[in-house]
Amino acid sequence: MAELSVEHLLGIKYLNENDIQLIFETADHFKEVINRSIKKVPSLRDITIANIFFENSTRTKLSFELAEKRLSADVINFSAGQSSVKKGETLIDTVNNILSMKVDMVVMRHPNPGAGIFLSKHVNASIVNAGDGAHEHPTQALLDSYSIREKLGDVAGKNVVIVGDILHSRVALSNIFALKLQGANVKVCGPKTLMPKHIESLGVTVETDLRKALNWCDVANMLRIQNERLDISYFPTTREYTQQFGVNKKLLNSLDKEIVIMHPGPINRGVEITSDVADSKQSIILNQVENGVAIRMAVIYLLASKIK
Amino acid sequence: MSQKVLLSEKEINIILHRLACQLLENHLDFKNTVLIGIQPRGTFVADRLTKILKEEYGVKEIKLGFLDITFYRDDFRRGDKTLEATKTKIDFLIEDKKVVLIDDVLYTGRSIRSALTAIQSFGRPSEIELLALIDRRFSRHLPIQPNYRGRQVDAINDEKVKVLWKENDGEDVIYLINK
Repeated sequence: MAELSVEHLLGIKYLNENDIQLIFETADHFKEVINRSIKKVPSLRDITIANIFFENSTRTKLSFELAEKRLSADVINFSAGQSSVKKGETLIDTVNNILSMKVDMVVMRHPNPGAGIFLSKHVNASIVNAGDGAHEHPTQALLDSYSIREKLGDVAGKNVVIVGDILHSRVALSNIFALKLQGANVKVCGPKTLMPKHIESLGVTVETDLRKALNWCDVANMLRIQNERLDISYFPTTREYTQQFGVNKKLLNSLDKEIVIMHPGPINRGVEITSDVADSKQSIILNQVENGVAIRMAVIYLLASKIK
Repeated sequence: MSQKVLLSEKEINIILHRLACQLLENHLDFKNTVLIGIQPRGTFVADRLTKILKEEYGVKEIKLGFLDITFYRDDFRRGDKTLEATKTKIDFLIEDKKVVLIDDVLYTGRSIRSALTAIQSFGRPSEIELLALIDRRFSRHLPIQPNYRGRQVDAINDEKVKVLWKENDGEDVIYLINK
């Protein structure tokens, strides 16, 4: 019988194609469950999960918490803002203290790349990476691919363009790994200043002309401009960025075909995409959010089955 | 390992017809009754019974659903393997309906216990009955008995009852396998 090849979900880089298919098939079943009138199953009754967030999050945190509760796990939440981290406690101490309360799984978001990997080597619990700096955000990439699969039937062979700040984006990196693993063609598009050097070595192509990129693709994943990570000016003004890399309805209508619009949220309306695009029927942004719960239920269920 | 034929195709067919008649006797037109095949292997029994009721006894409409119990099982993390789910397909309400749970082999009763919990997610049935094609006597872990049984079997713990179906396995036959 199928099971995941990993004990932790640290990044898409560590998964194989079968893992992704297993997660998707399991998520299909959970998607049916969360559309029932009673949306809860008792599988994880004896599992306790700690959500540890060292960085702000609304959607991901709510989505994980909902997924855990729908599986009947016990959940404790921890935000670095109101904790002893402020008093100088180290990451391992913080987590070990939480684990002493008999926690089986840790879902962690952290501003430092590799924080999840570091933790998995030092503590005895299953770790789920909910975003580590500019490194990976595996559940987001899984739900993005799952949403493409749901909308277009398959991910393999599809043309996907990721638009925006590729340099600082963990969503972009995880998406590239996930899409390549499933056989999609990936292009990245954005200002040269926000394009990592040697990005082509991941098997993607670079395009700086948005119209060309959109005419090529089946799906456009529009990333958020993360003002909080932009330590220096990477482009002159937000207005200029929008003119070159923002998608509006006029641009969409002028393309040769109808493409699917995705966004990991939160949206800067009028910057990456205009409101009429975000709310159009080409956009699957809210489907992504719904699928996020099913995908996270699948990941947690499959990882929890491996806890002995 | 040895195996002997417990029921042949002909015997299975006779038993299915008897079970269909018993269901008919209690539920008549099936207006207020739903049949639920328990995944993965109860679905074959449910399919066959529905077919017999419709084609041979002229029941016009039967609501048939399939229920996956994986997420309700009580042995999560207790074996070496990940429990893999199958599809649930119940596209009607079961509120105030008579539900007949259908499975191929009734053994410890734990699957049925899970199914009783799982079915609650779809509403509050007015009553629930159980139909089992094979009832393994003396092996129950829970106080669960079938309302309709195909054949009762005394099988010891080392033995396994294997039910094969034409549509899935190429032939209709039930084996008793000694490990």
